[in-house]
Amino acid sequence: MKNESIKVLQKKKTAILELWMQNQLAEEGLREDLMSNDDLRVQSEELLDALLANLSDENLSNAQSSHFDTVLDILAGISASRAKQGFSPRETGAYVFSLKDALIDTLQQEIKDPATVLAQTIRIGKLIDNFGIVTFETFIKGREEVILRQTDEITDISTPVIRVWDGVLALPIIGTLDSSRTQIVMENLLQEIVESGSSIAILDISGVPAVDSLVAQHLIKTVSATRLMGAECIISGIRPEIAQTVVHLGIDLSQIITKASLASALRTAFNMLQLEVVKKRRFEKENA
Amino acid sequence: MEKIPILRMGPFLLVTIQVDLYDRLAENLEADLVQMVSKTGAMGVLIDISAVSIIDSFMGRIIGNIASMSKIMDAETVVVGMQPAVAITLIELGLPLKGVQCALNVERGMDLLRAKIALNEGTPDDYFDTE
Repeated sequence: MKNESIKVLQKKKTAILELWMQNQLAEEGLREDLMSNDDLRVQSEELLDALLANLSDENLSNAQSSHFDTVLDILAGISASRAKQGFSPRETGAYVFSLKDALIDTLQQEIKDPATVLAQTIRIGKLIDNFGIVTFETFIKGREEVILRQTDEITDISTPVIRVWDGVLALPIIGTLDSSRTQIVMENLLQEIVESGSSIAILDISGVPAVDSLVAQHLIKTVSATRLMGAECIISGIRPEIAQTVVHLGIDLSQIITKASLASALRTAFNMLQLEVVKKRRFEKENA
Repeated sequence: MEKIPILRMGPFLLVTIQVDLYDRLAENLEADLVQMVSKTGAMGVLIDISAVSIIDSFMGRIIGNIASMSKIMDAETVVVGMQPAVAITLIELGLPLKGVQCALNVERGMDLLRAKIALNEGTPDDYFDTE
């Protein structure tokens, strides 16, 4: 026997869409700022079309059925784009679950036998719940992609090597130092040493939030690599908290020149290069 | 058999490694170099590895060994021209070459050697001008 309620649902598609849209528009958390109502309607209609076209008695209780591949694709697209647009998980979830209300309301109106309505309600409920889970999975994946892209961007922008003086490079490190970042920092620094022929590199860690033994090891590695290139490495920007942690962790930085501020590191660099910074003399004043 | 030339330049020995080193070649270099140091009484050894693009732990150790050997024979060793990738590899291998002086290029390396020897021996600067 062909399932009566599915037929009803397919026949009543326009009514369901209307109901669904009403539910969504009535929702307090409607985000008109992120998506216009017309776009929302197009999106919803596409999803409903795909769902009703593929719905049958066999797959009603099996969301993993291959019949739903198109539905799942559309859902994945919707939730990924919503993640990028900045919808909250609650809003995305509410979007999918409001479809359930519309479907069940329509069923209740059309079918008079309470037992059938109950049975179908439970099955539809399960199906939409499954869709909800899929939506969340893709939503989180979409968010993770955003995070990954941002991480890449941060890595790209946050490792500049600056020439502060002839033969003196400065490298301000901002953010946590992990092994992949250390690798990039090291490569950039060594490359720049070769290109500029610098003999002193200042590694400023005032932007590093915390130094643990791993970070310290990365720092020591960078310093050793710089030394192998024939340049001297000074670490500056040691904050009091960092000094405390380093000593408490028993990390030996005594082989490395460390300075509290970039200014004092630069002064040390000038000393090493036998340079002197002198105040400009005012001839007029002296002559007067 | 291939051999890496060891050039004498005043009080220094100059070794330019132009090929990728394999183990046997490196061992021979080590033996030849200490022989040369003792024969010529060189005060400094300059090893140019700017053409070396591949290095392994064995090579890193040999370079370290050469430096230590020259040191106890009273000759300073300076390694010059290390490529960034080689430096990173050595560090990742856990071979920071402690006790080896490094310089960016041959010119800087020479300056470093001269400065060190002048410091050690108290040699007057004009000693080098007569070369």
